Amino acid sequence: MSALLEVENLTKHYPVKKGIVLARQVGTVRAVDGVSFRIERGETLAIVGESGCGKSTTARLVLRLIEPTGGTVRFDGLEVSGAALRTLRRRVQVVFQDPYASLNPRLRVADTIAEPMEVHGIGTAESRAARVKELLGLVGLAPFHAQRYPHEFSGGQRQRIGIARALAVQPELIICDEPVSALDVSIQAQVVNLLKDLQRRFGLSYLFIAHDLAVVHHMADRVAVMYLGQIVETAPKRAIFDAPMHPYTRALLSAIPHPDPRRRGMVKPIGGDVPSPMNPPSGCRFHTRCPFAQDRCKAEMPELRDLAPGHRVACHFAETLPAHISVAENGMSPVASQRLALYAAAKARKALQAG
Amino acid sequence: MNPLLEIQGLRTVFRSANGDIPAVDGVDLTVPRGKTLGIVGESGCGKSMLSLSVMRLVPRPGRIAAGRVLLDGQNLLDLSESGMRAVRGGQVAMIFQEPMTSLNPVHPIGLQIMEAMRAHDTRASKTELRDRAIAALDRVRIPAPARRFDEFPHQLSGGMRQRVMIAMALACKPKLLIADEPTTALDVTVQAQILDLLKDLQAETGMSIVLITHDLGVIAEMADEVAVMYAGRIAERGTATELFASPQHPYTLGLLGSVPRLDESRDELLAIEGSVPPPFALPKGCRFEPRCPFAIAACRNAPPPLEEVAPGHYAACIRAPVENSLDIAA
Repeated sequence: MSALLEVENLTKHYPVKKGIVLARQVGTVRAVDGVSFRIERGETLAIVGESGCGKSTTARLVLRLIEPTGGTVRFDGLEVSGAALRTLRRRVQVVFQDPYASLNPRLRVADTIAEPMEVHGIGTAESRAARVKELLGLVGLAPFHAQRYPHEFSGGQRQRIGIARALAVQPELIICDEPVSALDVSIQAQVVNLLKDLQRRFGLSYLFIAHDLAVVHHMADRVAVMYLGQIVETAPKRAIFDAPMHPYTRALLSAIPHPDPRRRGMVKPIGGDVPSPMNPPSGCRFHTRCPFAQDRCKAEMPELRDLAPGHRVACHFAETLPAHISVAENGMSPVASQRLALYAAAKARKALQAG
Repeated sequence: MNPLLEIQGLRTVFRSANGDIPAVDGVDLTVPRGKTLGIVGESGCGKSMLSLSVMRLVPRPGRIAAGRVLLDGQNLLDLSESGMRAVRGGQVAMIFQEPMTSLNPVHPIGLQIMEAMRAHDTRASKTELRDRAIAALDRVRIPAPARRFDEFPHQLSGGMRQRVMIAMALACKPKLLIADEPTTALDVTVQAQILDLLKDLQAETGMSIVLITHDLGVIAEMADEVAVMYAGRIAERGTATELFASPQHPYTLGLLGSVPRLDESRDELLAIEGSVPPPFALPKGCRFEPRCPFAIAACRNAPPPLEEVAPGHYAACIRAPVENSLDIAA
């Protein structure tokens, strides 16, 4: 069976023009530059990277919200174009980052959630209303919320509305573009739990775009790391976090501060900023910031190579890098873990009593 | 040695048709010399209003209703407005989350740093200030500072802009730097650079830092002391080591459980149910009670006082430590 989503050599170049009347092209922004990946049914693929690496553009290209410069997107074996686009738009839905900007302030929640069903001609007015009630329940909201407007909700609740809207047409793939990065940590955890729960219940696949590696660690089955429009490493979650092979992946991981003062000083910043995608460095695009860069890296762009089952890395020297020190399974202090377990138990009991 | 900053019983309120709404409600804190106090909490917990209160920059219709803010023993709330202007940017400096909105887009960054220096030094010559501004840019590790001097904010990356803000804040050698979510808008690699820079500058100058953030990772990396805020009050405070090793307040536990960790694989995050109550509808008793899984009837009576649970470790919870409270919860 073919993968649910297959993306091959996807490219998006934006021309940079100078002048107004006789505009001439003076350069190209290579926002996405030859990206390939696949997503199996029921799987979560996370794309991570810093701002400007092209991860959101990739999401929009998959949805065909913008036209690619080159490459193909196949959904369930069918190439997405023209006539196939309408089905794709039902079977693939999206949840956006900003729950304040992605809901129409003039529509009641019921109308927002019912709109995709109307667009795709699903059901009657009554059956759609019943479905809205059901969806609100699924995402942890109450039926009376249907008659309210977006401004009456908090950020976390709005994100739940966005998720209900995405679920309305029973999609197989949901593209989540930074779905929790605008939320507070306690609310972030609620939404992350909800997304995982919905995935289990409906066998959903996710393309999860994020910059927060800790959230990705919790959500993803596989991870693709992007830098300046290209995938530099892709592997199952465990391999990415325990044995990352690309220097950029390692740099990202070691930049994360851990919620544990015992590990203070483990953060190792790398120098420099992300270079401009209009004028990316020659050879390996990471060579300007890479601590292991050699002459070959400046001249020759590394290909993605298979170095372990399912583990592909675009680095000339991936095999010869020093061993990575993994942080896996250090965990919290025993007292903190024990109290957290009590918290979880008390919370479960309280939920049971509330019925 | 007495602490650099002592906040006592600080209360900041906003006037409304229904009476005063508290944003900061009876906060006691101390900032030791040369150390970092981390204040952690979610949006709306009052952490930013607390820092604006210290600077006496509370926007109308808000006002400081009670309390004392002692900097080196002097109560800032007693100062005249001109006296306070000398403190701001002089002894106490502040940096904010979004450096783009804090910098003037139509002036070169070097001139903006010179302006900050001029406000506290009317005698230095222009060339002297220019040299000092370039030195300040160099100190925050901006490459080619003499060339960057003439650049505008939009020509700089987010990380570079935050460096400029830090250079400006440190221009007059403050004793205290208040950093309000200084790295929240930045990528994680750039965040690591900025945190590293702040640590080095602190070691160099011996300044104290109040670091306000929602990120427990940043707190664990930077703070010597930690205060957890919830709905305008301190829920728990202590040294960072103690607080992470033995968290007492259920809210602290909920926060710790909400954060996905790289060093643990759990199926489900321990989310806190519900959301922060708005300041105009605060519960009468403990403000965390509606969301707290350990809550009992007594929690609804009065706000619990901040009590010492271990030396230097305080928690405002009548149910702490939670392992002693299982009988009633069961």
